[in-house]
Amino acid sequence: MMDPSHSQHTVTLTVNGQRRTESLPPNLLLSEYLRDYLRLTGTHIGCDTSQCGACTVLVNGDPIKSCTVLAVQLPGAAIDTVEGLGRPGALHPVQEAFRADHALQCGFCTPGVLMTAVALLNRDPHPTEAAIRRGLDGVICRCTGYENIVTAIAHAGARMAAPQEVSQHVD
Amino acid sequence: MMLGAFQYERPASLDEALRQAAAVPGARWLAGGMSLLPLMKMELADPPALVDLAGVADLVGVQEDGGALRVGAMTRHAELAEHPLVARHAPLLAAAASQVGDPQVRHRGTIGGSLAHADPAADLPAAVLALDATIEVASPRGRREIPAKDFFLGPLMTALEPDDVIVAVVVPQRGAHRQAYHKRPHPASGYAVVGIAASVLREADRVASAAIAVTGVASHAFRARRAEELLTGQVMTDALLAEVASVVASGQEVWGDLYASADYRRHLAGLTTRQVLERLWDDR
Ligand SMILES: Cc1cc2nc3c(=O)[nH]c(=O)nc-3n(C[C@H](O)[C@H](O)[C@H](O)COP(=O)(O)OP(=O)(O)OC[C@H]3O[C@@H](n4cnc5c(N)ncnc54)[C@H](O)[C@@H]3O)c2cc1C
Ligand code: FES
Ligand code: FES
Repeated sequence: MMDPSHSQHTVTLTVNGQRRTESLPPNLLLSEYLRDYLRLTGTHIGCDTSQCGACTVLVNGDPIKSCTVLAVQLPGAAIDTVEGLGRPGALHPVQEAFRADHALQCGFCTPGVLMTAVALLNRDPHPTEAAIRRGLDGVICRCTGYENIVTAIAHAGARMAAPQEVSQHVD
Repeated sequence: MMLGAFQYERPASLDEALRQAAAVPGARWLAGGMSLLPLMKMELADPPALVDLAGVADLVGVQEDGGALRVGAMTRHAELAEHPLVARHAPLLAAAASQVGDPQVRHRGTIGGSLAHADPAADLPAAVLALDATIEVASPRGRREIPAKDFFLGPLMTALEPDDVIVAVVVPQRGAHRQAYHKRPHPASGYAVVGIAASVLREADRVASAAIAVTGVASHAFRARRAEELLTGQVMTDALLAEVASVVASGQEVWGDLYASADYRRHLAGLTTRQVLERLWDDR
């Protein structure tokens, strides 16, 4: 039998719009692939036990915890991380709203919360407060800044749904 | 956290999957990985090989099949929660799926994985029990069907053999039954302290038929047979509900832990059952 530790699997992944074909060991977590192989360290590891959601990224648009999925489980997937969301000067509306509403303190949970919020708003641009809170079930903010996070997500939804000119006035 | 090394297979068909698993003693099926990968991280499982079921076409999809609802084992909780056929034919299954864990978990975890894992506080076991579902299984020895009532045997213990793979869950249609799943989640873990799945048929002011399943309370999900017997054929009254509530966990070894004593769990199971029945009764 083949020595399993040496077996590599070929997968094609599209990370933040860039297609890559990689030969990866099966025991490599998606979080490890993103952080250690691609140096996309915006995806944070909080608990590494599927509890905190800091490692949340989007897989084909759905939020998942990257510490609890093997990279080889995702052939052909489109993966979006916080690095692909926006850039300084061209922030994503959710990032803008987090800044405006002070929805981060230490910032450790923020990448996961942002990605979770983006997935939520892509599906439902006008979530109720209850829907926002339910959507955040999988993320933990150890600074406990939930009130501002909820407010920011509601504001971001309004911004994303509003016509462009209106959203520019909000700044 | 580095996972130990293992062989990884991603078969495209059921036959291939069964062959690959048979080739490595101790190989485990990988579905959503929401229970298995955490176990491996904690070194509570160390399988030499994982056979990933995600590419096996026979295991996906939700269909109507001769008056029953057929749910492929790889159907993810999020899909189950939102699928129109599930909403129509088995609303309590959709309700239970929508309350599993959190959005991230629901986008990965599957019904097959959840039933096979058989956590004593998991949601879907109660749902399939209350719906009298059948679990379709394949192994190198052929196919067979296991009624949900014979499937759960203990904490993380089921009627599955190690080389059995769940192919689908078949849910008979319950026409005019009113269904609900009510979960009282543990505030930190999100798992059920008590979860009640109920399906009742109302005829005028009588209970024509009732199925009640309970999770979180004993070593595995169970049907509250005594409560069902008390309800069947009776006129719904407050006194009847009170009596029903008092026997929901009867005959069970109710467990207690740091968070909820056995007495509290028994009380909560009765109370929650009563509330679910009241709500279903008045539903239009
Ligand atoms: C943070 C968190 C919170 C959670 N909260 C809840 C909750 O509130 N309620 C709840 O019910 N669950 C909860 N879960 C568990 C979740 O529902 C899992 O999805 C489920 O227990 C396992 O499904 P899976 O598809 O991920 O299976 P996996 O983890 O891939 O597999 C689990 C087990 O089932 C076996 N298996 C998988 N598929 C099959 C198959 N088709 N045939 C035979 N064996 C198979 C595997 O070999 C393994 O032993 C939670 C999980 C996490 C990480
Ligand atoms: S690091 Fe993945 S959930 Fe906490
Ligand atoms: S801002 Fe510090 S953990 Fe959320």
